[in-house]
Amino acid sequence: MLDVAQAVEIDSVVKRYGTVTALHGVSMAIAEGEFFTLLGPSGCGKTTLLRCIAGFEQVSGGAIRLHGEDIAPLPPHKRMVNTVFQNYALFPHMTVLDNVTFGLLRRGWGTRDAEARGREVLRLVQLSEFAQRRPGQLSGGQQQRVALARALAPRPKVLLLDEPLSALDLKLRQAVRSELKSIQRETGIAFVFVTHDQEEALTMSDRIAVMSAGHVQQVGPPREIYEAPQTRFVADFIGETNLIDVTVTQVSGAVARLQLPGGAAMDCPAAPGARPGPGHLSVRPERLSLCAAGQGDLAAVMQDHVYLGTDTQLLMRLADGARLVVRQQAGSGTVPDPGAALGLRIEAGAARLLAD
Amino acid sequence: MAGAAPQGASAGSDIYRGNGPRLLLPVWLWVGIFLVAPVLIMAVYSVLTKEFRGGVIWDFTLAAYDQFFLDRGLFGDEPPRIEWTYIGIFWRSIWQAGLATVLCLLIGFPTAWFIATRPARVRSVWLFLITIPYWVNLLIRTVSMKFLIRDTGPLNEFLLWAGIIDTPLALVNTNFAVQLGLFYSYLPFMVLPIYAAVERYDFSLSEAAADLYADSWTTLRLIILPVVKPGIVAGCILVFVPSLGAFLAPELLGGAKTFMIGSLIEEQFKGAAGNWPFGAAASMILLSIVMAVLLLHARAQTKGDRT
Repeated sequence: MLDVAQAVEIDSVVKRYGTVTALHGVSMAIAEGEFFTLLGPSGCGKTTLLRCIAGFEQVSGGAIRLHGEDIAPLPPHKRMVNTVFQNYALFPHMTVLDNVTFGLLRRGWGTRDAEARGREVLRLVQLSEFAQRRPGQLSGGQQQRVALARALAPRPKVLLLDEPLSALDLKLRQAVRSELKSIQRETGIAFVFVTHDQEEALTMSDRIAVMSAGHVQQVGPPREIYEAPQTRFVADFIGETNLIDVTVTQVSGAVARLQLPGGAAMDCPAAPGARPGPGHLSVRPERLSLCAAGQGDLAAVMQDHVYLGTDTQLLMRLADGARLVVRQQAGSGTVPDPGAALGLRIEAGAARLLAD
Repeated sequence: MAGAAPQGASAGSDIYRGNGPRLLLPVWLWVGIFLVAPVLIMAVYSVLTKEFRGGVIWDFTLAAYDQFFLDRGLFGDEPPRIEWTYIGIFWRSIWQAGLATVLCLLIGFPTAWFIATRPARVRSVWLFLITIPYWVNLLIRTVSMKFLIRDTGPLNEFLLWAGIIDTPLALVNTNFAVQLGLFYSYLPFMVLPIYAAVERYDFSLSEAAADLYADSWTTLRLIILPVVKPGIVAGCILVFVPSLGAFLAPELLGGAKTFMIGSLIEEQFKGAAGNWPFGAAASMILLSIVMAVLLLHARAQTKGDRT
């Protein structure tokens, strides 16, 4: 990582509100030009961390370095970062152009240069013809793009985005996603993007930090987060998964030997921190397949099914009573009758032993 | 009736639209009887001839306006010069009301800001405290104010006792006393509309401004003040207009030197020395000034919205 320039380094940041701790010593590094997402349920501390980077919240401990310089003691107006707010926070009494040039003028730009730069960013977000409108005369999607233009205009070292798509309707949100991603590539500015929407995170990010209860659970590229979750929380929060109770007999490096319910033994990749003893195995529903009773890795009984169009969800029960979900693609095999005894096969390399 | 309800509801808007003018009747009556009629009566009285024991004689004349603006000498036979007495009183009143408005704004804005930024439950307590004095009659409060600041009142007693002064301050019958009275009487009219505007203010706008490199002073000047301006303007109008016509504070706390429009008009309708047409004319002139201020404000407002 040494050869990659770090845009932001979060170093053991702690944030307390009275007796409540919102961030328990969070650390992560965001690379230059990276689309970095903070993902987690509400109350996990992702927005608090973003507000600490912007300067709206004072950290209780730790450092935040912007291009190597600790900015934690600086007030927000002295930090070279800009924010796209969840509710956009556009200045209602100013035109779109005045909104966009506001930051430039405060940075000491001349009126004419600021206006030229303002029109340039408005072109980037395709709002050139709305320069003289008031924010109140624009649609939600247009306001969102004004907020983006306003934050991009001063060429911040890092752009912070606080759930910027949550106020848009679904169709618009999907269109804006790819637009946002291409603007990020075009400008080369590191984006720190806060969301609770895993699909948003998986489709847009270079890397994702999954947060829960003020801790970072896992940091990695989307594929790694989805396919190689390290903790129960990540496996459960991202997508759908089956958590199977297993007994770990041996861990050597990144591989564990374990015993499945029903007694079958198997070797599988283990998350760092996995230990011998009782553990949890995560298997995605689409990576389980049906076979005849007595074969496969697990013995299950068919309970019910849910038809979802592109695929069908089969609800199963193991001998010890644990529930299991299998996803069967449309047109691949028949749905077993309720009560039928079946075998389940885990696709090679698809199971993962979690850390807790 | 219950069975017919859905049909009635679907046609409801048409029914009410047809009834519109009739439903507005109470409003028109109220405005007509209590607003239009009194102004018309005043306008008519201002162009009638005065009767000696008060009241009017139905002879059309512009004598009242003439008396207000022109000086024709003691016996009315000299060439007319501009009469400065009443214009002076008006000017002093406008100045006093303007000063009271500025004072109320300087104290009222921080007060309103303070209240609006408290937690929701504490806010109503603060608002209640602001309005408590208004449960007491204005006359009684103004007299109490006089008692507080007179030569042997608690304020002077305290300053003497503390050794800050060695002779009592002569506060009663001064501009200061009138200002104090006006300020005290009308401060809540400044606080409440500004409070309403600040309470609606979206504080993420201040965060956005700080995020875009604006320090607190710039944020106040370029974002907060323009956004809450309607509340400030409303507060200023609500303080300026009644201050301009006030007569309790000038009458009780001021002296001959602080004579204001309100007292001038009041005198014209009191007892045998009164002059109803002159009082009506002065009222019409006062009304014109107030209307001019409001129209200018409305003009500025629509202009600001259009750009």
